[in-house]
Order: sequence, then structure tokens, then C-alpha cells
Amino acid sequence: MSDSPAPLALEHTPGLQHHFADMEQQRNASSLGMWIFLGTEIMFFGGMFLAYLVYRMWYFNEFAAGSRTLNLPIGAVNTAVLICSSLTVALSVRAAQLGKRMLLVTLLVLTILFGLVFLGVKAYEWNEKFTEHHVPGYSFHFKQESTEKPVDQGRAQIFFSLYFAMTGMHALHMIIGVGIFGVITWMAWRGRFTPEYHTPVEIAGLYWHFVDIVWIYLFPLLYLIDRRPHG
Amino acid sequence: MATAVSIAAEREHYLNKEYGIRSWLLTTDHKRIALLYLASITFFFFIGGFFALLIRLELLTPAGDLVQADTYNKLFTMHGVIMVFFFLIPAVPAVLGNFLVPLMIGARDLAFPKINLLSWYCYIAGGILVLHAMLTGGLDTGWTFYTPFSTAFSNTAVVEAGLGVFINGFSSILTGLNFIVTIHRMRAPGLTWSRLPLFLWSHYATSVIMLLGTPVIAITLVLVVLERAFHLGIFDPTRGGDPLLFQHLFWFYSHPAVYIMILPSMGVVSEIVTCFSRKRVFGYYFVAMASIGIAVIGFFVWAHHMFVAGMSLYAALIFSILSYLVAVPSAIKVFNWTATLYKGSVSFSTPMLYAFGFIGLFTMGGLTGLFLAALGIDVHVTDTYFVVAHFHYIMVGGTVMGYLGGMHYWWPKISGRLYPESWGRLAALIVFLGFNLTFFPQFILGYLGMPRRYWQYPPEFQVLNVLSTAGSTILAVGYLLPMVYFLWSMRYGKLADDNPWNAAGLEWKTTSPPPTFNFEETPVVTWEAYNYNELPALEEVRVER
Repeated sequence: MSDSPAPLALEHTPGLQHHFADMEQQRNASSLGMWIFLGTEIMFFGGMFLAYLVYRMWYFNEFAAGSRTLNLPIGAVNTAVLICSSLTVALSVRAAQLGKRMLLVTLLVLTILFGLVFLGVKAYEWNEKFTEHHVPGYSFHFKQESTEKPVDQGRAQIFFSLYFAMTGMHALHMIIGVGIFGVITWMAWRGRFTPEYHTPVEIAGLYWHFVDIVWIYLFPLLYLIDRRPHG
Repeated sequence: MATAVSIAAEREHYLNKEYGIRSWLLTTDHKRIALLYLASITFFFFIGGFFALLIRLELLTPAGDLVQADTYNKLFTMHGVIMVFFFLIPAVPAVLGNFLVPLMIGARDLAFPKINLLSWYCYIAGGILVLHAMLTGGLDTGWTFYTPFSTAFSNTAVVEAGLGVFINGFSSILTGLNFIVTIHRMRAPGLTWSRLPLFLWSHYATSVIMLLGTPVIAITLVLVVLERAFHLGIFDPTRGGDPLLFQHLFWFYSHPAVYIMILPSMGVVSEIVTCFSRKRVFGYYFVAMASIGIAVIGFFVWAHHMFVAGMSLYAALIFSILSYLVAVPSAIKVFNWTATLYKGSVSFSTPMLYAFGFIGLFTMGGLTGLFLAALGIDVHVTDTYFVVAHFHYIMVGGTVMGYLGGMHYWWPKISGRLYPESWGRLAALIVFLGFNLTFFPQFILGYLGMPRRYWQYPPEFQVLNVLSTAGSTILAVGYLLPMVYFLWSMRYGKLADDNPWNAAGLEWKTTSPPPTFNFEETPVVTWEAYNYNELPALEEVRVER
């Protein structure tokens, strides 16, 4: 007897791997896998959110002062860009379900473009931090506005440490996401997805939405701590 | 019989289907990946063990004569890092779990075979980084990477070792993810949750911890690396950062990590005890739920590592109570294994000897854990050899005994050969004696006040230290023996039939070694777990053969 008595009917289903009984089981496994992975991601970012929470409670003054130096209009525009990318992802899943290949490819390319715009803007913001001496380390210097309560240089560094760690980790996830969507776009272009089989689009979409949501939390936590007019 | 054996030798199975290095390094077969893990884990085990022997040699005499203090710091750090992250955490899940989870649920493979292979490469990449760090400067922070020593003061390869452990963490995460999805989605028809072998329950609980805990230490190590390499200041007290925050984040993973180590071995012991008692395991639901209970409560006890680190008394009280609570599900397991033995038809085969060893040593380790959960006693024995003895009873006495027991129990399935039984029993005995001689004196040493992590000690502690060092050499022999006769048996061992222990469980219903896709056809389960009352006794089977 052969070792791999795969029923013939299954072998003709494109995209079905040998160890699954049917497409339903494969799709369920893939999406459960991605949800669980996103659970681990919550714990991963959770460590930084916890540190943020502790230090924001302790050093509110420095966190508020640091937050005011972040570029609010640019951060807001970037948030909008990211929300648009989530829209194109959601639409691309729909396009995959309907089997509209060109629409799918267009939406995926748009998603990648939005992602790249976000990363470009982020790079611009990071660059600002270098010119303003807001990068933690030996050259760090926080120039305080005369109207503010005295700002401790060390504590201000903690705010910017968290700023770089959190936005950096988020940007890393964006870069990975752009890479994943590059592959997905290529697969879509080659016509690999059908209304019956488009799980990769769905689970890549889940990942993208997650990274998007992380930013939705990061934006208010970092940019909007205390924007009341001072004086 | 002879013809049956020769047919078995010619039959195509996962080991002889393909040959060559590519067929191993690029395999997606969970059984082959388990063997890749087996080889690499054994390698790291002996490196870690080598460091342990050097530590014990140094402590043979009160003076620091074999190595300098700095070298000693590096020795115990590398021993800890390698044993914890590269042996104990992956040992049972990545070897036995990888091999058995699909077999036990009647699946052809894990849900994500390529991710499974990726997990092994993460393990290897992390291992290479850590080994390289070890050879180029070493690491002297202790396996705990405590800040600010690790971030600001240590002159060793903290960044590289930290990254190594970080990358290795993905191997845990990916394995846990694979197990959970597989157990949820790929069980054979009829294999309901209440028919699941306890090995799978314990691996399910382990996977939950791996998935929720590992990411936290991952980000913590990233922050340490960023602080050291790029001067971020999150844990830096000179800038207002809090080293205690690091300790909380570290132990949030690293205490549950102890349950990552012990839970899979508990699953192994559940399988062995019931098989060699020829009785259904006593209180199946309690044993299963105790695994989940340990996983859940285990997440809320981490700060008992920090009683003297400067915590509010009320927080310490709560963590103390919770630490007592986690003993309840552990005790349920021990009592239920004991009750399974009662009126069972017990046979003292090698796996059973290891299971007995596990129960005894784990009980000792667990009870001394209660000493440490008590605030008053903890203050007295913190950072002494009492703690060292306690966690070695759990990790070595528990995890390694379970791992070796499991290796013997499933070796016929893995290799298709029988190991030499009398050598097996002898090795089990040597391990048990050597272990106790090594670590029991350390309880006394710690209680008398000998602190851990020093390369010198006052002369009055020498007798107990000599006993401990003597024990460690016996233990080393006990660990080398199985490796030798396992290798020997791969070529010269008697051919095993499909079910040499006449055990219940789907993994025994396929051939030994199993074919690449595990089962000729998907099995349908119509029986309850551990239906030993319906199976003939082990002795009868032996006589028939």
C-alpha cells in the first residue's frame, strides 16, 4: 500500500495542502492561526504599553511636554493615510471573494502605496527628532518652553525612548506588512486567488488591520497627551 | 514472526522514505523536525551540562582555584541561558510534542508544517548567536539579564546573547501556535475534547503559556538591547527609569516559563503511569483541568521572585497567596497519579521508573516551593542554594525525568527499535541517585546560608559541596548512558512491533516507525481515552511474544 493514499478528488482542489481534509478545514486553521498570532502581538506591544502607562503616571509633566513637541498635523495626516489603507485592504478582500482580479491587484497596490507613504512620513518625523536633539543618548537636550513646568532631562528621555521604541516597532511591523502585501499582490497578479481560495488575502488583511489598530492607539497616546494651550 | 519483522524492515516509513541532508534540512514532516530538534537539543544539553560540571568542579574546594570570579560568573550564566532557553523550554514540546501531537489526534501533520520547520531554524539561529556570544566575550548577567547591570555595566556580549534568546523565542511561539491550531482543527473524527490524551491537554496548556508569555520577554529583551546599543533609557535609573519594571516584565514570562518546562513532562507522566498500571487514569477531568489551572494561575505568581526586590507588602501578600494556590492543581496531579497506581497492575519498566522519579522529585521541588512562597522564609533563603536546589528539583528532577521517561516510552515508535531494557533501568536508577546526591545537599547548604552565584565559600560548607560535586559526576554518567544505548539501538536494537507496551492511544495504532503521513487512512475514534480495562495486561502480551 502507498504511504500517501490521498483521495483523488482532493488532489484536484487547487491550493489544498495534503494534510488537510478539505478547504474548509484549511481555511479555518489558517485564520485561527493568524488570530492567535495577533494575540501574541498584543502581548508583544503590551509590554511597551505597560511601560508607557507606568512612566506616564509617574512623569506626566515630562510626557506632556515631550508630546507637545511631536508634529501633530503630520501625525494626523499619517493616521488618515493608515485608515485609508485599511479601507483598501477591506475592499481587496471583497474583490478577492468576488474574483475580480484587476480590482484586487489595484486595491493591493494602493494599500502598499499608502503603507509606503506612512513609512516615508514617519522617516521624516524621526529625522526631525535627530535635528531637535530629541534622540535619547548623549546628545539629548530638551529645550523647554518658558511657560512649562520645569522638565527633567532624564525623564524626558524616557518619553522619547518609548516614542522611538513604540513607533519603531510599529514601523517594523509596517515594513513586514508591505513585504507580505508585495507577495500577495504578485500572487493576485498571477491569478492564484479565486472566490473559493483567497485565504492568504484574508489573513494578510487581518495582520494589516492589526498593525493599523496599534497605530490608532499609539497616535493619541503619544501625540495627544496634553495639548491644552499653556500660559 | 521472522517474516513479519523482515517485512517491517523493508516497509517504507518516514525514516527511510528519503535519504540525504536536503531531505532532512528541508523536511516539513513533523516527525523528522522532531528528530532535528532531538539532535540539536541534545547538543545544547551537553554543552549546558559541561558548564554545570565546571561549576561543580570549582565548588569542590572553598577557595576559588579552578576559575576566576569573572569566569565563574560567565559559567553559571551560560549554563542557565543554555539550559533554560535551549534545552528545558523546548525539550518535551519540540521533540516529543512535535512527534506525537499529530499522531495522537490522528492527523497527517501539524496544521502549518512549513512554520514548524521555520521554528527549528529560529531555534538554530538563536542558538548560533548565543554560542557565538559565548565564545566571543561570554555573558555574565545571570540568565535573568537584570538591568541596569546588563544594560550599563556588564562588559560581555549582552546584545548578541539577548538577540539570540529573542530569536529563539519565535521557535516557542511558532510551536505553540501550531499545537493550538492543530488540536483545535485537526482532530480525527470521534476524538472529542473529553477523549483527548492528557499529553495533549498538557501541551495545549503549555502552548497557551508559550503564546501569551514569550512575546513579553521578547519585547523586554528588545528594550534591553535597544538600551545597551542605542542608549534608550526605559530601565535606566539614572534617568528615572525603573529596573523593577524590567524584573516584573522578565518574570511575567520567566515564571510561567517554569510551567512551560514542567507541564509537558506532566503530560508524559500521565501517559506512562496509566499505561504501566494497566488502569484508566484516575480522575481524567481533574488531571486535564489541572493543566489548564496551572497555566492560568501560573500567570499571576511572577512577583514571588521579587519579594526582597522592593515591593509593597500588600502586593507581596497577594503574590504569596497566589503562589500557594498554584500548588493545588499540581497536587491534584500527584494525588491522581498515585491513585491510578492503586490496585493497578504495576510494572517497573524503564519509562515507569522515570515516572516514579518524576513524581518523587517533583513533589520535593513543589513542597520546597511552598517554603519559598512563604514571605518570612523566603527572605531568609532568597538567593541561597536552597532556591537553587528547589528549582533544580522542578526543572531537572521534574522536566528531565519526564523527558527521559517519554523518550524511552516512545522510542520504539520513533525509531522502530527497542532500547535494551536492563540498561534502561540501570540508567534510570543512576540518574535518580546521582540527582539526589547532587541537589539534596544544596537544600541544607542554602538553609545554612550559602549564597548562590559565588565561586568561593567558607570552609565549613565543604563536605556538602563535595557530596554535591560527586553526585553531579554520577548524574553525568546517568545522562550519557541513554544517549549511548539509544544510538546503539538504532542499529542493533530489536525491531519493535507497532505497540510494544500494548498501550492505548492513536499513536500506537499506526506502524513503528510511522509512514510519512502517519496513518494509512484517517482513524475514527469510538473509545474513551485510556481504555486499559479493555486491553490485555502487559505481562500477557509479553508471554505471547
